[in-house]
Amino acid sequence: MGGDQDMVFKALAAPERRVLLDRLRANNGQTLGQLCQDMEMTRQAVTRHLKVLEEANLVATIRRGREKLHYLNPMPIHEIAERWISKYERGRLGVLAELKEKLEGDGNG
Amino acid sequence: MAESEFVYVTYIRTTAEKLWSALTEPEFTRKFWVGTVQECDWKVGSRWKIVVPDGRAADTGEVVEIDPPRKLVLTWKNHLFPEMTEEGFSRLTYELESKGGAVKLTVTHTMDRKDSKLVKAVSNGWPHILASLKSLLETGESLEGTDRWPEGI
Repeated sequence: MGGDQDMVFKALAAPERRVLLDRLRANNGQTLGQLCQDMEMTRQAVTRHLKVLEEANLVATIRRGREKLHYLNPMPIHEIAERWISKYERGRLGVLAELKEKLEGDGNG
Repeated sequence: MAESEFVYVTYIRTTAEKLWSALTEPEFTRKFWVGTVQECDWKVGSRWKIVVPDGRAADTGEVVEIDPPRKLVLTWKNHLFPEMTEEGFSRLTYELESKGGAVKLTVTHTMDRKDSKLVKAVSNGWPHILASLKSLLETGESLEGTDRWPEGI
């Protein structure tokens, strides 16, 4: 568990890799070719960054015929949030959310 | 490529058989899947539904493919929110793969339309439900708030 999260933090430490995650967030399920478009990185660099993201489980890949599609996998970041936010802060965040709801009125989604 | 698609991958320290039971059997799902149970006889072509504690069917569909404890494919239509019901059937796939002392669980939820409201809505729920499932199997305890149906829905 500790080792896994080390890999997640290391993967997230590089801005280029966060850009790749942002691009998947905007458009999930892209090929390597699609991810390389309009990037100021070589194809080799993108491949290397994707490998780090995949090893940290932040990116999941699925084969569709001859294509390999890349997806943003929200599970590792959720587990980090669960570890540091939910257990200790849930009560307090709940109170804040309730206050916000009361101040702003219900039903604004 | 499906038009709306989310993929969730989590590694759980358990066996594929236990994980399969946890995904399908009421005594497990009640604990991590917000108090719900799934009714199905788990055969290809069978009707499948998620039943919430007050007896309503929240989601229904059919078993498309089943290969315990490796793969399960379901069609999935929501019935609690009209804007999601009208989108029709989505498709849910579970794939279980043993790796060392853990099982890699891949959950894929897809809908053949752009900006699916159903896929977007479940994308908020899946990470929490799957994290709770992982916790239940690894520690015996599910995550806070996932053992009961949320009030007002």
